[in-house]
Amino acid sequence: MTRVFRPFILLLTVMFALAPVLIVGAPYESSMGLVQKIFYFHFASWMGMFAATAVCGVASARVLFQRRQASDFTAVAAAELVVVFGLIGLITGPLWGRKAWGVWWTWDARATSALVLWLIFVSYLLLRRFGGPGSERLAAAVGLFGMFNAPFVYWSVNLWRTLHPKTSVVPTLPVSMGLPLWFSTVAFLGLFSILLTMRMRLEKRRAELDSLHLALEDSI
Amino acid sequence: MTKVRWMNRPIAIALLLAACWVASAGTLQGQPPVSPAQEGFVPIDQLQAKEQLPAAPLVMAAYAVAWIVIFVYVWSIWRRLGQVEQDLAAVRQRVGSVSRQ
Repeated sequence: MTRVFRPFILLLTVMFALAPVLIVGAPYESSMGLVQKIFYFHFASWMGMFAATAVCGVASARVLFQRRQASDFTAVAAAELVVVFGLIGLITGPLWGRKAWGVWWTWDARATSALVLWLIFVSYLLLRRFGGPGSERLAAAVGLFGMFNAPFVYWSVNLWRTLHPKTSVVPTLPVSMGLPLWFSTVAFLGLFSILLTMRMRLEKRRAELDSLHLALEDSI
Repeated sequence: MTKVRWMNRPIAIALLLAACWVASAGTLQGQPPVSPAQEGFVPIDQLQAKEQLPAAPLVMAAYAVAWIVIFVYVWSIWRRLGQVEQDLAAVRQRVGSVSRQ
């Protein structure tokens, strides 16, 4: 598996080394200036989080309705990545907002709904950690709920009056700003797929360890 | 009955006006203070020091946070995988010794 991933990891390393060059070369936004450069990783991390939410939701549905153990590995790995990418978005957002809006945090529709989505997946992980036997099915229901919540987070800026820029901003970006944005987004999605694979491997190894422990107890 | 209604109308109007005045006073009090820049042009060097926030440290902090979170997470997966591999090797050894007995 490592051999298969080696060229992919190399490509991602090159992409992450090149991303800052493209971001520095992008023009300044007229009203916000330099601080708008946070956007390139902020947006990319949210896209990583949305991808993780979708993967966790689909895998959770398979756990609930088809009782597949392999899907459970995927669901727990993706839920952890929702929390990781969401944390980056939730920290970079206030750093940008402090300069652009004059406050670290405001109970804006997008920021609040994103925080709620993040908390749903934190609760998923807490359920898995402390829920005891059978908690994987309850957590799968939470994961599915989280997936259905994600479109509301995305559309919140269009549905409610909010300080946050609307979704219509990204398609209207000039190539000089769109290129570093989509380049960073592809890099983050690549990083998401590698981290997901690594984390799923950890879950498989843990399941192997549990079955070996059971075999050992039976043989004694 | 109709006469009573007509007599109450001035009182009702007075009450309505009083309610409107209280509501408008409350709304005005609840509004944020108007900054000088909203009423006219203010040169940047005349702004208060707290409003002249430099952007560079915020941008650097944002990118640093992104990298730190990613590296800490990769390290945590690597450490957990190493621990599980160690445990697996130990348990396999025990299973092997038990099956030989």
